[in-house]
Amino acid sequence: MKWLKSNVFVPVLAFVFVMFFWATAFAASDEIRIGVIGPMKFIQGKSQWNGAVMAAEEINAKGGVKVGSKMMKIKLIQADSNEFLSITDATNAMERLITRDKVHFVVGGFRTEAVFAMQDIACQNKVIFIGCGAASDELCNRVAKYYDQYKYFFRGTPFNSTALVKAAFSHVGSTAEVLRNELGITGPIKVAFVAEKAQWADAMVPAVQATLPKMGMELVGVWRPSPVATDVSAELSAIQRSGAQIIFTFFSSSVGIPFARQANELKIPAMQVGINVEAQKAEFWQATRGQGNYVITSSTYARNVECNELTKPFVEAYIKRFGEVPTYTTGTYESIKMSLVDTIEMIGTLDPDKIVATLENRVYKTPPSTIMYVKDNLGRHTHDLKFGPGYATGIASQWQDGEFVGVWPNKWKPAPGVEVTFKGVKPIKIPPWMIKAYKK
Amino acid sequence: MSIKNREVIIMSIILDIIVMGLIKGSIYALLAISFSLIFGVARIVNIAHTAFYMVAAYCIYTVTNYMGWSAVPAMFVAVILSVILGMVIYKVFLNPIREHEGAVLIATMAIAMVFQEVMTLFFSGSFLSVPNLIDGYFIIFGVKVFYQQLLTLCAAALVMVILMIFLFKTKLGLALRSTAQDREVANLMGINESKVAMITMGIAIGLAGFAGAIVVPLEILEPHMWATPLVMMMAVVVLGGLGSLKGSFVGAYIMGFTEAMVVFLSPQGAFLKISVALLIMIIVLLIRPEGLFGVYFEEER
Repeated sequence: MKWLKSNVFVPVLAFVFVMFFWATAFAASDEIRIGVIGPMKFIQGKSQWNGAVMAAEEINAKGGVKVGSKMMKIKLIQADSNEFLSITDATNAMERLITRDKVHFVVGGFRTEAVFAMQDIACQNKVIFIGCGAASDELCNRVAKYYDQYKYFFRGTPFNSTALVKAAFSHVGSTAEVLRNELGITGPIKVAFVAEKAQWADAMVPAVQATLPKMGMELVGVWRPSPVATDVSAELSAIQRSGAQIIFTFFSSSVGIPFARQANELKIPAMQVGINVEAQKAEFWQATRGQGNYVITSSTYARNVECNELTKPFVEAYIKRFGEVPTYTTGTYESIKMSLVDTIEMIGTLDPDKIVATLENRVYKTPPSTIMYVKDNLGRHTHDLKFGPGYATGIASQWQDGEFVGVWPNKWKPAPGVEVTFKGVKPIKIPPWMIKAYKK
Repeated sequence: MSIKNREVIIMSIILDIIVMGLIKGSIYALLAISFSLIFGVARIVNIAHTAFYMVAAYCIYTVTNYMGWSAVPAMFVAVILSVILGMVIYKVFLNPIREHEGAVLIATMAIAMVFQEVMTLFFSGSFLSVPNLIDGYFIIFGVKVFYQQLLTLCAAALVMVILMIFLFKTKLGLALRSTAQDREVANLMGINESKVAMITMGIAIGLAGFAGAIVVPLEILEPHMWATPLVMMMAVVVLGGLGSLKGSFVGAYIMGFTEAMVVFLSPQGAFLKISVALLIMIIVLLIRPEGLFGVYFEEER
């Protein structure tokens, strides 16, 4: 071990470090490095990566990105945030992307608590970060309140919690109408609200308590299971006792699977409608052993449902490439291709301030929606997505005998004189045990 | 609401609490008793205990999904494989350092993390499930109880009875209890303490694997599924008294019923069920630091 103490070791080590960092810097100049950060061991992160890969492949196949007079290829750098388990890991991953990998842009993030921290790091370093998973309104409220600091953050997907709730209420309204028409239910539809105990769902409780009565429905109870609960038969017994006809769900974590499974196994005579992120995935059917039938969830994509002319080509290409229907976290695709690359080619520079100034004023189409970034009521940029017909509305899909089928918007009337139906949607199906219970 | 309706609702809530409490309590009892056995006999705080519970669950998933076997033989395979794995790990990693309790604690933590990462590598973080042994439910006092829940409860009860018979009515069981009570004296009386420790490890891991096997149709499989039962199991063991089998048994049902009561009596606070159960443990320890059936360590030695 004498060599460790020799006069040669330290200079050699220093030389290796210098070569490493010089090589990194040298390689950097011909490519646009985009960090994709997310929980890569889980479907949410994998979808983020897949969306990014598809975008990068398409762009690079055409020769890359035209930045002024130069063509630059895209290089993706994957960072596993491990945010389901550790916020610290997420912040470390973001730091590494920016300081070691020297990325120009970052897309991804999933868990709201982690994305707040990642947002701070990206914005401190003036790196544009497009969030593709977290829904908290506050992420964009920060942009408005502290614009100079947080202007580098844009929401890619999904729309914010407030809009998610509005969309979910529309889904509940449509389902209630189907129940009234097909089962002959008169009087207020009884709704049980079940939301996982997590930050993003906390604001939903007062919203639901205020809104359902205005929609002519009765809230019969509120349940808050743990996001990782594996047995919810207790909650379901109580829900059944309440006589609920709709179970309004807000799940982003694993609790969505046992809830759907056990509700169907117990043949609870109620429709499950709302947000159940696990139900958006192809594995949901297997995970519930086929007991996830009739579950309705907000989603972004369903096969054959077209939000606009870009939707079907993207969905089919994604299915061909990855063998499954994309989930909403594949928003990294449009974030890279349409949000970033198109803007860069428009202005011919990678300067983040110039990109921000252009992007925040753009209105452009993406596979799931038309994106327009809204301002708040004080006229300040929020970099949040506009929700509503003609812009971002999302869809609702229902599991029907093993197929994840788009069921909303189907004759949705968001305003007097306005009716929206997306091409390819099908009617909502009611579970046969519910039909039997109500037609007795 | 009529009085009759109210009575029916109260009865159904009570029954829900009883059923849920018994099931949870039985699973915790299986885990806690087996953990106490290892601690009592071999003086090993096995943090990887519930990781074996996870391994057994994944074994069943693999055997039923990829090899097409039915659930019952899959459970046997899972338990046997868990035991073999446990014995190998004990022999190779834990036995050599058994006298150094701190090192054993850290080693078992590392083993648990390794299991978690291996499961993540092979199965990713996706949530998976295993089919029920029996589908369907029955209704009693308006409460729907899954046949699978009843089967789980009966299987757990049967195994506990067999374990108690083994521990209290057989020579080997006597040897285990003697070693747990006083290792040095047991050695002096001719009991091969090292061999007994190895057998205990096998039995304990087998029990943990069996707990995983019978509960897996009711659970969601994911690589971190070992963490929550670990917390509850440790709480049960501490509540009941470290090394006390009777304490583990009673403590398990106290925790199980506490969880069930929180969920049914406070639906909006259902996510707090584990916190409330742990609070009960803390209160008991404040009153009786050695646990319900434990002994002061000074007296023990």
